Amino acid sequence: MADLSFVRSEMLPERAPPATEVGIVKWLRTNLFSTWPNALLTIAAFYVIYLVLAGVLPWLFGGVWTTSSLSECREVLQGDVGGCFSVLTERWNQLIYGFKYPTELYWRPNLALVLLAFAAAPVLFFDLPRKLLLFTAIYPFIAYWLVWGGPIGVPVTAFVGILGAYLVFERFSASNFALGALGGVAAAFVLWFIGGYLVDMMASENPLLTPVASRDLGGFMLNLMLGVTCVSLSIPLGIALALGRQSSMPLIKGVCVIFIEFIRGVPLITLLFVASVMLAYFFPPDATVDLFLRVVIMITLFSSAYIAEVIRGGLAALPKGQYEAADSLGLDYPQAMRFIILPQALKISIPGIVNVAVGLFKDTTLVSVISMFDLVGMIRGPILASQEWNGVYWELLGFAALLFFVVCYGISQYSQWLERRLRTDHR
Amino acid sequence: MYHMTSMTDPHRGQFRLSMLFNDTRYRSLTYQAIAAIVLALAIWYLGNNLLQNLRTAGLNISFGFLGDPAGYDISQRLVEYDSQSSHSRAAIVGILNTLLVSFLACVTATIFGVVAGVLRLSNNWLVSKLMSVYVEIFRNIPVLIWIIIIFTIMTAVMPAPRAFRGDTPEATMLLDMFAFTNRGVYTPGPYFTSPFFANPFLNWVLVLAVLAGSLFATRRVAHWATGVQEQSGVRPTTWYFTLGLWVVPVGLLLLVMGLAWEIPELKGFNFKGGIKVGGALIALWFALSIYTGAFIAENVRAGIQAISKGQTEAAGALGLRPRRTMNLVVLPQALRVIIPPLISHYLNITKNSSLAIAVGYADVTATLGGITLNQTGRAIECVLLLMAFYLTISLLISVGMNFYNKSVKLKER
Amino acid sequence: MKKSAFLGALTVASIAASAAVAQDASTVDQIKERGKLNCGVTTGLVGFAAPDANGQWNGFDVGVCRAVAAAVLGDANAVEFVPTTGKTRFTALASGEIDMLARNTTWTFSRDVDLKFEFVGVNYYDGQGFMVAKDLGATSAKELDGATVCIQTGTTTELNLADFFRANDMSYEPVPIETNAEAQQQYLAGACDVYTTDASGLAATRATFEDPSAHVLLPEIISKEPLGPLVRHGDNEWGDIVRWTLNALIAAEELGVTSANIGELGASAGANPEINRLLGTEGTLGEMLGLDAEWAKRAIMAGGNYGELFAKNIGEDTPIALARGLNAQWTEGGLLYAPPFR
Repeated sequence: MADLSFVRSEMLPERAPPATEVGIVKWLRTNLFSTWPNALLTIAAFYVIYLVLAGVLPWLFGGVWTTSSLSECREVLQGDVGGCFSVLTERWNQLIYGFKYPTELYWRPNLALVLLAFAAAPVLFFDLPRKLLLFTAIYPFIAYWLVWGGPIGVPVTAFVGILGAYLVFERFSASNFALGALGGVAAAFVLWFIGGYLVDMMASENPLLTPVASRDLGGFMLNLMLGVTCVSLSIPLGIALALGRQSSMPLIKGVCVIFIEFIRGVPLITLLFVASVMLAYFFPPDATVDLFLRVVIMITLFSSAYIAEVIRGGLAALPKGQYEAADSLGLDYPQAMRFIILPQALKISIPGIVNVAVGLFKDTTLVSVISMFDLVGMIRGPILASQEWNGVYWELLGFAALLFFVVCYGISQYSQWLERRLRTDHR
Repeated sequence: MYHMTSMTDPHRGQFRLSMLFNDTRYRSLTYQAIAAIVLALAIWYLGNNLLQNLRTAGLNISFGFLGDPAGYDISQRLVEYDSQSSHSRAAIVGILNTLLVSFLACVTATIFGVVAGVLRLSNNWLVSKLMSVYVEIFRNIPVLIWIIIIFTIMTAVMPAPRAFRGDTPEATMLLDMFAFTNRGVYTPGPYFTSPFFANPFLNWVLVLAVLAGSLFATRRVAHWATGVQEQSGVRPTTWYFTLGLWVVPVGLLLLVMGLAWEIPELKGFNFKGGIKVGGALIALWFALSIYTGAFIAENVRAGIQAISKGQTEAAGALGLRPRRTMNLVVLPQALRVIIPPLISHYLNITKNSSLAIAVGYADVTATLGGITLNQTGRAIECVLLLMAFYLTISLLISVGMNFYNKSVKLKER
Repeated sequence: MKKSAFLGALTVASIAASAAVAQDASTVDQIKERGKLNCGVTTGLVGFAAPDANGQWNGFDVGVCRAVAAAVLGDANAVEFVPTTGKTRFTALASGEIDMLARNTTWTFSRDVDLKFEFVGVNYYDGQGFMVAKDLGATSAKELDGATVCIQTGTTTELNLADFFRANDMSYEPVPIETNAEAQQQYLAGACDVYTTDASGLAATRATFEDPSAHVLLPEIISKEPLGPLVRHGDNEWGDIVRWTLNALIAAEELGVTSANIGELGASAGANPEINRLLGTEGTLGEMLGLDAEWAKRAIMAGGNYGELFAKNIGEDTPIALARGLNAQWTEGGLLYAPPFR
């Protein structure tokens, strides 16, 4: 009896799954060749990839990096496929810094860029110690001084003015917000006036850093500077506009709505035309405001309207309970905004603001249309018009595209990371 | 307690200056008054500067130049125009060109966007990755660079018309009908041998009118079929009827008017005859559609993903097949999410079409804001008119969008 | 009260941009105060005004700017070159962003009268021409019926072109292009049959081609294009300085004063009284202009006299290879005729 066992007493060894259900084959089957149309699509996609790579790779790897003109480069290539990347090495400085920024001073914008990373970090990553924000606050003045040079008194005065305004505001805003705000503005102007005279008096012939005219800025540096300056200036303006648009006061609401809709309704290029051909007429006859500043003004207005809309979305997304809770605590409007509403609304608006910033950074290339030599302006103007490099399109345009892609893709990845982090719902 | 009473019972009659800021009855008026004063001062200040500057320069603001002959030619014109037409006429030519390229780009951008957005969700790994690459590359590089790149491809890669010449030409026409040159694409153009009207435009209006009639008739047929279906449960076959309604009337009309095709042909410097789609138009059109298409693809993807998985599962539980689930359950809901950003992308296309200036396409920025501005030196007037035009367009589009939003708004409890 | 605050804000903004020169002074005083001459030039046209690989501006128009700077400030390098496009140049001048414009600008009635500018003279007599590829076989602009024409916008070019084709009852396809570099690209790729702009610009453009000999300039010159520096209406002292600096360069060539012999001629009064007056060894011409006696000497030393500037930047020994033609001295059958210095 005991021998008649029909039941296996030990386990069979595990068999490998069928070859079609494991590893690469399985992966290929489910992801690439699951159905006939899918397989065709895959083959078509492979063909497209092949075409692109077959065109680009020989050009990229057959490239010449060391000649000093296009004709030399063509001689070296002898008719082979290959890019004349030597235009990038030879004109590197012009592409990055423009053709006028003094060569020996390149370290200054470079340093400003490195410091920017430190200044931006606490804003972008909430986990960093909040004390770092102090550096962010003084960074604009350091950066200004580094890039433009000139007497140190100018950024110091500007900083002292802002600091004074902040102190006055802190002193009075607890009791009366309006008084604090007006007092702060007044304090800033008083300090700037005094400082302006002091700077004029003390201006020495040889400032510590050689001054550089803003007309001399150019290349990719100009794109970066316009992008960073205009976005950071437009955030406070955007907040004010968004709050104004939500205001219950018809006049203020009306002005904000008209401003935002006007700016959003016209292309940036017309605003740049305004900066280049019209705005000069709106300044006092005896003051000449240079093109860079005029462009900064117009781009800032432009992006502030878009940022205002993003923040308005953030404000609208907050549950009504938050507003009511603030009211029930007896907070007045400025307090409710500062302590309850804006911190939450801004936090959820950050991804949107970053998207606006990326769009704006891309749009800084439009300044090439009004004869400013940013990266695209350098390429379309002095470099392609020069005798040596007349006709090198792909290398230059590809380089410009690559630079913008790296920066914008990086920022948008950050934005997506942030969005995932801020997401509190469970889907 | 004292405080409570003082709050619920404000002092009457005793007006103090601080009440302007502290009393909610006056506060908002005070702020608005301050804002009005600041605004008025700012406007006065800027206006004053403007007047003073114009006086110093001896200039004035006048729109009289719009009536003067423009003096320059425009190659692509949808209405009659020559160098003796007025500047305002040139502006209209530009406006029509702007609208043309914007319309074309909106259509193709939507197609690119929808295809890429749907393929990005495809279960084919390679295709979905490829679409991600497309979206990321095009979204993260400025549209101006794309316009220049595509324009350079147009001019540098396509053959020049002279390459078509000779016994063994370097380039040949496609099917002997289409010529792809670096000046543009030449296609056969339709014309009528025995038209009803002398003005060719009116003939085409007639064709459109007949098509509209067909549309109406097919609608009626569909309505009738639905009625039958509701009564009997069986939908009558109507496709051949519908097809006939579409094809027969318009076909008869074209036959009577004698539709013929004019084939482009190389004569002298250029191809002559047929329809020319200029290189600048193609570059701008393609660049705008492929750039905006990347954004639309993201919207489409987000819209489809926004539909809760429960909806798909519920549709599955009801026995709907995947295709019908998509058409009947997911898409109608997704469209609600997709369409508002889509419309704002259309607005962006219209605004970005002003970059035509980089490729020499004669849109309104290039005519009114370009050559007219250069020739007359009337910078302020031209830029103001230019902004007024774009503003009008975008206001019209936002009115349309608000209308749509209202009509699809979920009727919430 | 409010206004002063607003002004204060603007003042701060302007200081911050380190670009403000706020005072009610004449143009000359502003330039001296600033220590730099703001001179509007093209965004890049080899031979006339273009930055080299080191960012130094060179060219014929640039030479005029440098001469004026040398006359007023005593330093030929004290010039801030402001690149302007056809669109921005007039606003830049009218709004005071630049002190003078030396940018291949054609002297026309409406610019002088309607736009309120003052053309101080002509530094190059030009005319609009056509360039075609040699293998096209065209020998005259009259054979261009039906051609596609690339035009650099922002000049009088479009108008002349329209008039020319209308007068000859020919049709054409205009392709307006904003910058010279892109117009070249179009033309070289064969997207246009013809490239048209001022003949000098055509020569300058052709010089940058890989194979300049494959392109020919057609003989027709379809317009008069007197190109000259211009200033704003209303400041005649400044206009006089620019006008007479230009005239000094032209007169110097006529009188045989070159940058080589000027040191010798200007050291002491010589035999020719007009040279003496020009170089300040005799008379008080400089004082009348509000400058010192050696203004013209410095202007000429900056880059040489008119002939030297021409030869160095656009003359026959340069790649641009322009003949003097109309731009020869009147004594040699040209149109250059400087009024007397007395």
